[in-house]
Amino acid sequence: MEYERKFKIGKPILEVNNISLSFGGVKAITDTSFNVLEHEVRAIIGPNGAGKSSMLNCINGIYKPQQGTVSFRGQVIPNITPNIMAQMGLSRTFQNLALFKRMSVLDNILVGRKLHTKTNFLEVALQLPRVKKEEKLNRERSEEIISFLEIEDIKDTPVGKLPYGLQKKVELGRALATDSTIILLDEPMAGMNVEEKRDMCRFILKVNDELGTTMVLIEHDMGVVMDISDRVVVLDYGKVIGDGTPDEVRSNQKVIDAYLGVEH
Amino acid sequence: MKPVFMTYTKKDLINLAVCMVLSVLIIPSFITTEYWYTSILIPWLCLALATIGQQIVMGYTGQLALGAAGFMAAGAFAMFNLILRVPDLGFVGSLIVSGLIAAAFGILFGLPSLKVRGIYLMVATLASQFFIIWMIDKFGWFKNYDSSGIITAQDIVILGKPFTTPLAMYFVCLAVTTVLTLLAMNMARGSTGRNWMAVRDMDIAAESMGVSLLRTKVQAFAISAFYCGVAGALFAFCYLKSLEPVAFDIKLSFKILFMCILGGLGTINGAFIGAAFILLFPVLLNAIGNNVFHGAIDATIISSIEQVIFGGLMIIFMIYEPLGMAKLWENLKQSLKLKLSSSGIKSVKSPAQKSE
Repeated sequence: MEYERKFKIGKPILEVNNISLSFGGVKAITDTSFNVLEHEVRAIIGPNGAGKSSMLNCINGIYKPQQGTVSFRGQVIPNITPNIMAQMGLSRTFQNLALFKRMSVLDNILVGRKLHTKTNFLEVALQLPRVKKEEKLNRERSEEIISFLEIEDIKDTPVGKLPYGLQKKVELGRALATDSTIILLDEPMAGMNVEEKRDMCRFILKVNDELGTTMVLIEHDMGVVMDISDRVVVLDYGKVIGDGTPDEVRSNQKVIDAYLGVEH
Repeated sequence: MKPVFMTYTKKDLINLAVCMVLSVLIIPSFITTEYWYTSILIPWLCLALATIGQQIVMGYTGQLALGAAGFMAAGAFAMFNLILRVPDLGFVGSLIVSGLIAAAFGILFGLPSLKVRGIYLMVATLASQFFIIWMIDKFGWFKNYDSSGIITAQDIVILGKPFTTPLAMYFVCLAVTTVLTLLAMNMARGSTGRNWMAVRDMDIAAESMGVSLLRTKVQAFAISAFYCGVAGALFAFCYLKSLEPVAFDIKLSFKILFMCILGGLGTINGAFIGAAFILLFPVLLNAIGNNVFHGAIDATIISSIEQVIFGGLMIIFMIYEPLGMAKLWENLKQSLKLKLSSSGIKSVKSPAQKSE
């Protein structure tokens, strides 16, 4: 089954160091550390309420952890905001869908091209040649992503009118449009049927394989996780209870206990 | 399929041509009464322009702001002072600078949008409305120390030519409105508009895509205030002519808000439709009152009825068609097109069916 990867897994690109996050008295994450290697598919799993989404929100800068740091390419990032992380080359999708509902699929994906848009509003208002050129490039890239995700026939539909599975695809498309080095996927396959899940896995692996994009994903479906990820980190009650390849994690007693329950 | 990258389709250009022919050739040659220019067309263009400003901040960026008239006042009094004190700027130059001065106020009063949203932002932006009017009232300098408190707008002179007849002023308003509308459409359809709408629909996702909330919101407020400022200057110089700060009170802000909502949030053509409706509806009601009921209904009652109907329409539109009259117009066109095309298909099909 081993195949030659175009992008060999490299050095750590993203490191989470001793992060603790609490909301009032409730501890969501306690002293958690793990890393993500360049070009790998990294999964974060764990039971409900284990702190997986909170973890992504800390990496992305939506939540500010009370303790700990996030470093990108070996450098600690002091004031993380979603905007700064986007500029560093980190893009994401959201658990409960955060699409621009009244905009078309194409427009949603075009917003993902924001960081590749250098023209300001005055130039846009006057439609200078530079704007047209840039718009053309951005639209071409967006159309490429749309045909990659096989959603050409809905590209002019307002996203709010689409079924859930397609919306998830559009959200992936928007993250892809940023041409980021890392994409965080928060439950990309939640609520999908088997066929849609298979499609989504195919897209994730294809992006990772062809573009070398590092993927960090949260997923509930253990089968899917074990199939597509290079390494898995398991969280439970905000703590890391297992970290390693799918096989290592599968045979980890703590993980088995957390998932299957243990007699006390 | 070839990607579309031009912001204008053939249909848009046809629409533009129709509008231009209508407004430049047909209206001036058919409408000769001054009343129509001074009381309907000129205020319609000015208020539509202000409504575009309101659309940018409310319809596109989703920030509930209520202070359009304040920015209009800033533009109007800036214009008066610029022409008075810096005559070298000329009319067009002064118009642009007054827009920029209003935009500066827009930036200042747009800053709360970073912290508060929804109805609370609306209350916060009311500050602009009251502050600007208060400032103009308080400091005599803005009104050139006129003892009556009412100033008279100077005559419009562009490149040495006076524009004082209603028709000439209509053309001035038309030219400015056309240019600014086109620029607004370019922004709304381009990357700028996409950023606005992204902030409107899901701000946290927009930020994760690299859209700066600070820059986008403040930019929208500034551009909105620029449009309102220019509209206010035109409103003062072409329509009111003698002006006092009270002309730009909260009632006018609400009027513009109604135009924006009834016309259709997040549409540029809705600004024109909404403004036309709000301006023409009272005229229509008065005409009905005079001609159908022969003055049996008191004028004050008619103006009350007008308020009741506006209020009712607002509620109906908010519930059943949040995209307003622009959307109704779009639906109407769509259904007409369907009817036409289906009847066309029948006529094409029938001979073929016969041959079978």
